[in-house]
Amino acid sequence: MSRMLMGTSRVAEPFWEATKEKVLRLPFCKDCGKAHHYPRNFCPYCHGSNLEWREASGLGTIYAVTVCHKAGLPTMSAQVPYAVALVDLAEGPRMMTNITGLQDAHTAKVGDKVKVAWEEAGGGKHLPVFQLA
Amino acid sequence: MAYNPGDIRGKVAIVGAIDAASATGVLGVSERDLEVQMVKGALDNAGLKVSDVDGLFGTGMMMPTMELAEHLGITPRYTDSTMTGGSSFEVHVQHAALAIAAGMCEVAVVFFASTPRARGKGLGDMSAMMGMLDPQNPMPMIEWEIPYGNIMPAGAYALAASRHMALYGTTSEQLAQIAVSTRQWATKNPNARYQEPLTIEEVLSSPMVATPLHRLDCCLVTDGAGAVVLTTAERAKHLKQKPVYVLGAGTAHDHSMMISQMPDICTTPGVISGQQAYKMAGITPKDVNVLETYDSFTITVALALEDLGFCKKGEAGAFVADGRLGPGGALPTNTNGGGLSYTHPGMYGMFLLVEAVRQVSRQAGPRQVDNVNIAVAHGCGGVLSCTSTLVLGSEDAL
Repeated sequence: MSRMLMGTSRVAEPFWEATKEKVLRLPFCKDCGKAHHYPRNFCPYCHGSNLEWREASGLGTIYAVTVCHKAGLPTMSAQVPYAVALVDLAEGPRMMTNITGLQDAHTAKVGDKVKVAWEEAGGGKHLPVFQLA
Repeated sequence: MAYNPGDIRGKVAIVGAIDAASATGVLGVSERDLEVQMVKGALDNAGLKVSDVDGLFGTGMMMPTMELAEHLGITPRYTDSTMTGGSSFEVHVQHAALAIAAGMCEVAVVFFASTPRARGKGLGDMSAMMGMLDPQNPMPMIEWEIPYGNIMPAGAYALAASRHMALYGTTSEQLAQIAVSTRQWATKNPNARYQEPLTIEEVLSSPMVATPLHRLDCCLVTDGAGAVVLTTAERAKHLKQKPVYVLGAGTAHDHSMMISQMPDICTTPGVISGQQAYKMAGITPKDVNVLETYDSFTITVALALEDLGFCKKGEAGAFVADGRLGPGGALPTNTNGGGLSYTHPGMYGMFLLVEAVRQVSRQAGPRQVDNVNIAVAHGCGGVLSCTSTLVLGSEDAL
């Protein structure tokens, strides 16, 4: 399906540019070594600003998951019921996402391993979603 | 400078309280008129007048305390419109207690009115957020959460419930029991939106909103309003009601509106705000006679019971299962029927505050709990984001 982005920030431009190639990229702190999400102009762990964008593995684990029985966005009404999850990326950061490619949206469980997948989001960009690994 | 709780504990009292809600869910009065009614009503309950007010605390879109002061024709010398969502009113009481104890003002009013039913449900919140949208610099939530279509706010709480169930074996039946016990209290409140008894089966057979939360795990959407009045302990002795002393207060927050940014989705900042409030009051959870705790969703109550130390982390499901929270239970909780059954106009914190005051000052009518000397009012704003805990006590608890 095609997805809708309602705005992308300047600070996250490298993130969204990489999605054009279906690459998941995260800001890493060169001082403390930690990756963070959502992208900021500084590291929220050590508060330094020595950041570098690096490609992430696209692998993660479901931290929490719900199934929406009505659409939280008008453009997603045809997908109801669909799974919304928080995924802990292998690199550390947690992100909200959808778990897609499920016959039954209730299949995805806390602790399941997942890998990134991509849905078109306009302007050549893609929205990162996840599927069971 | 060293913080000395004794400088504040028991020095300030809540002396007036009022709220308004309707069994229809609709009040049919404008928000500004409701604010005025509540301010005058709370002052009348206390035996004070509008002209006595020199501290004003409230929430709203632009400059809420200035707008209401102008409308009332008063000139407060202390003002505070701190906005932490549904916990704002507990925060306001904390701030008012500090200001009064320091002599910065003497008679403070905390006010609230909201008429979501008049505005109509639907995409109101979404439209407001869209209005704040700068395409080059959107709010993080618009960029990183909204595109995934989570139902807000239910979906955020559902994520917390899903993890609590996975980690601790908490069941839907246990969460439903919270709604059932709360409804038992609502049967004693003629202004409650829902007053008929409820069963666990009815909760579980209500439509699923965001798995694992059913419609009856979710709070209402109603109109509602309220106000409380605070003054010095000295002045409180000469007013109409039994003073309800502010014994302890604490506030903490981590994330804002993005549940993905909450450090541990099963542990709220209530751990911090609760401990701070208990320490200032010199009490432990065992001393609490009545608990008024934010119930936007059943899981909100479960997490608060754990974070406030009424049971251990992960044990809230078993803790509530015997009806402990209901009438006649060991921990009477949300005795007005709560946000689940009484009223919930988007921010519920005013109502749990008013009910705690009524219980301590023996004004709770048919739902009055015997021998209440200590009540805790625990607000939770955002999406499990900002908690504010108040320990309120009678003269015997000083």
